[in-house]
Amino acid sequence: MSPTPLAWYLGLSAVLFTVGVLGVLVRRNVIIIFMAIEIMLNAVNLAFVAFARSLGSMDGQVMVFFVMTVAAAEAAVGLAIILAIFRSRGTTNADELVSLKW
Amino acid sequence: MAVDVAIAAAKALFIVLLVVQVMGLGVFFERKVSALIQDRIGANRAAIFGFAGLGLVNTLVADPIKFLLKEDVVPASSDRLLHSLAPILSLVPVLVTFAVVPFGDVLEVGGRVVNLQAAELSIGILYVLAMVSLGVYGVVLAGWASNSRWSLLGGIRGSAQMISYEIAMGLALIGIVLTYNTLDLQEMARAQGTLLWGWLPAWGILYQPIGFLIFMTAGIAESKRIPFDLPESESELVSGYFTEYSGPKHLMFMMSDFVEVVLVAALVTTLFFGGWQVPYLARDGFHLPGGAMLALPSWGVAILEITSFAVKVILFTWLQVVIRWTLPRFRYDQLMRLGWQGLLPLALLNVLVSALLVLLVGGA
Amino acid sequence: MSELLFLVLAVLTVTAATSVVAVANPVRSALGLVATLFLLSIFFVALDAQLVAVLQVIVYAGAIVVLFLFVIMLLNLQGERRVTGGMGLVAAATAGALALTAFLVTLLARAATAPAATLPPGFGETRALAERLFTAHLLAFELTSLLLLVAVVGAVALSRR
Repeated sequence: MSPTPLAWYLGLSAVLFTVGVLGVLVRRNVIIIFMAIEIMLNAVNLAFVAFARSLGSMDGQVMVFFVMTVAAAEAAVGLAIILAIFRSRGTTNADELVSLKW
Repeated sequence: MAVDVAIAAAKALFIVLLVVQVMGLGVFFERKVSALIQDRIGANRAAIFGFAGLGLVNTLVADPIKFLLKEDVVPASSDRLLHSLAPILSLVPVLVTFAVVPFGDVLEVGGRVVNLQAAELSIGILYVLAMVSLGVYGVVLAGWASNSRWSLLGGIRGSAQMISYEIAMGLALIGIVLTYNTLDLQEMARAQGTLLWGWLPAWGILYQPIGFLIFMTAGIAESKRIPFDLPESESELVSGYFTEYSGPKHLMFMMSDFVEVVLVAALVTTLFFGGWQVPYLARDGFHLPGGAMLALPSWGVAILEITSFAVKVILFTWLQVVIRWTLPRFRYDQLMRLGWQGLLPLALLNVLVSALLVLLVGGA
Repeated sequence: MSELLFLVLAVLTVTAATSVVAVANPVRSALGLVATLFLLSIFFVALDAQLVAVLQVIVYAGAIVVLFLFVIMLLNLQGERRVTGGMGLVAAATAGALALTAFLVTLLARAATAPAATLPPGFGETRALAERLFTAHLLAFELTSLLLLVAVVGAVALSRR
């Protein structure tokens, strides 16, 4: 099965990762930045699963399981933080959340 | 290869047609059973040349034509893409869930043994949970895209309710998975053909009675039917999250409501009531306790099994309609309290007890 | 998966991911994210990871993105006028991203070994995953459950007024 070579999956994973990186660097809305981080995590998941298939080891898929769980926990806490920030500052624009800057 | 594709397409077509027929029957039940419960006659106004067909003409001919011909109104300041996408996201996940529901055992056609289940997935029951969790998007987007206060309120309430009861549903399913040691729905249906003590069919309800109650309650809550229909609440929020929908899109929302009713009925029969199992019927005929045997051809057995599945699904659809017209509506905080502080601990306890019993006594 | 199908799905996935970072309306971004996650789930199925694929839909597409949508609607984010920071930043970021792509693709292409000819039976199924999870990775599993508890408590504490 899988006549598509492993390298193609890894190439797709790399492209998705850079799309995520672009999102984090370029967008100003913190929620969109968060979504771009999720894209990066998923790109890494794809790489893990592709390697698991190619090396015949289930450990790659176990790793993906853990990445998903940690991403869920991170999303919950991160969104709660964003809610708290919005309630106290009234903005979700990263350019305006600068009170810790010297 | 082409024959395989043709067989798969035929199975998928069959189950979809079965679902749509039972859904139509469900709509008819809704009008007539509610009428009987409320001591009136019900849908009897529409007739073709004086033939009213007990209300079938009204429900199954006049109503769909009316819905399809109405003007499709989109609120002026709403997001058109999201407004059109929401009914699709509501209907499609519920329909594709039927791919893993088995409607018969096997059918021997021309030397091939065809498994009567549209898609044989080893992770069947998780696929059901996945599609149910995708159904939330239809509700939340409908509420948002309508750009109206009441729709948004209905949408947020509806999606919060759905994600809360998804958890109880999933936990109730864990008990069943522990009992049957498989995630595949066809294997579970087959395992319910064994006889306990030589005469009692080992249906899931005997192994998991609490699981059945939790799953049924959570299923009714997922499909947002009374007593859990506050997101729609016809007397309070007009139509809740689909207030701003008219014509074909409204029809799609109503359809998804009834297809979910049929889905809950189909899942309950497959998991807890033997699915397509007819008591004492095996692949080659009836094996009655006491030794008597009645041989049947394989297509006869298949027809009996499919009929048994259809009858059980219709029974549970009817049950949900009767529940709808008997119970009053839950208040929203009561609803959420039931989900989080009632069903969730009960389902966890069920998992614990089931696991202990499987360890001590052994599963099905 | 045939190569043509892979190319079509890969193009769709990258388009969906780009729509997440490029569209002004946050709700449409979230929908783009759902599409990306669902398409990735298809790739997982092609890579014999059925359980992970369905978990991706249940956890990621069915719960995490719903959470995102809830927060977007609670904060009533409509769509921003100034979507990105300055043209200089965009140009520098794009150049950096292209360099990163080139670097990663070369690196990973060298790491690609031939696909395993035979897979152990039951690869990618629940039983195989559970067997690894509860034996070799038991400690990580327990720590993850602790992490989830901490996350739940933290989220509730943070969102109180």
